[in-house]
Amino acid sequence: MKYLFYYLVFPGFLFTTVLGFLSSWLDRKITARVQWRKGPPLLQPIYDFIKLLGKETIIPIGAPRFLFLTLPLVGLASAVLVSTMNWIALFDTRSGFVGDWIVAIYLLAIPAIMLIINALASANPLSSVGASREIKLLLAYELPFVIACLVPVIKAHSIKLGEVIGFQASNGIVLFSVSGVIAFIIALLCTQAKLGLVPFDMAEAETEIMAGAYIEFSGCVLAIFKLTKFVMFVASPVFLVLLFMGNRINGVLDFLIVLLKYLLILVLLVLIRNTNPRLRIDQAVRFFWGLITLLAILAATLALLGY
Amino acid sequence: MDIKTKALLKSIWVFHTACSPCNNCDIEILDVLTPRYDVERFGIQLVGSIRHADVLLVSGIPNYKTAKRLEHIYKQAAQPCLVVAIGTCAIGGNFFRHSYNFVKPVDEIVPVAAYIPGCPPKPEAIIMGVVKLINSLKGK
Repeated sequence: MKYLFYYLVFPGFLFTTVLGFLSSWLDRKITARVQWRKGPPLLQPIYDFIKLLGKETIIPIGAPRFLFLTLPLVGLASAVLVSTMNWIALFDTRSGFVGDWIVAIYLLAIPAIMLIINALASANPLSSVGASREIKLLLAYELPFVIACLVPVIKAHSIKLGEVIGFQASNGIVLFSVSGVIAFIIALLCTQAKLGLVPFDMAEAETEIMAGAYIEFSGCVLAIFKLTKFVMFVASPVFLVLLFMGNRINGVLDFLIVLLKYLLILVLLVLIRNTNPRLRIDQAVRFFWGLITLLAILAATLALLGY
Repeated sequence: MDIKTKALLKSIWVFHTACSPCNNCDIEILDVLTPRYDVERFGIQLVGSIRHADVLLVSGIPNYKTAKRLEHIYKQAAQPCLVVAIGTCAIGGNFFRHSYNFVKPVDEIVPVAAYIPGCPPKPEAIIMGVVKLINSLKGK
């Protein structure tokens, strides 16, 4: 019962979606201000979501009906679960289990996999192109992301999220070390790709393949995918906060500090998004498997040596 | 007015269908989306796929090639989807109405909810047309 409350209300579904709506609005507002526009009103993501729920849901001919409607929910559920795990670890560092770091990494990849399966199921050439790009991107960024996220684990000598935070609470945050800085930058870029933000948005590319992987989604299916995106907008930056600059939440002040750190990462992501053009998929793969993976291995080595 | 219509009016996603226009109307449509007029203030957004769209912006005269495709695109849209005819060409054919390749006006192919005349219509005229469309849906 307690866990159900954690999962559905706080810090799970309800809390995360509200925060996700707010951060999506912030993303659009900052983008608008960067482009010298005024930007949408505060409740805009909620209007969008309600409107999409009210629209007709089209299932393309040739698409498996059951999978097409249920897979988005699997993606949403796993995104909410990883967000809940992160927040609970921040609230109570003794909670969790050995290896929840691995589970979190797996869960963070599931929304992208669900998008790939649904895009391939929607029987459209452009969405297949989008899906194939998403697959390549997933393969490209997962390796450096895992290695970069290993750095805090190596430093804390523990694969429990709670103990990583406990280590940082007593020994200073991971970001204030050479290996920590390198790993944080790499993880930030991988998060950019994970969220499908601009330099790495070749899977949806509106101007090129007409929303790519999302092309056949309408109504409820699109609404759930948008919601998953909003939840991921909370879950993956909070995962970075937890690993690289985590602090225990003991009171309201600590909670606000964590939110502030989250906002910092969010603003960084949005600014990267607004100052870069879209890469081609081969450029992105080369970028992640070349320079970024080498840097990640360097960071992990430095962490092993104690820097 | 129920919550569905209310949310729809607050977040109109437009899809742009060019039925062989001369591109002037398209440039004016883009003007509405760019910083000077910035219709994202009202939740209006350009989307890449017709499945996401709430409003179909049509410009140009439907000829033998594009008339069929306009009908297809309208059928692919998730309902409710409203059609807005932008420019005199889309409304009645302008001076192409006696041309050999002119099939029929847009409103004989798909149901049109709002007409915005002009060759090309100014961005202010397009915004006024959208406001009139929203007011008509509100039942005013």
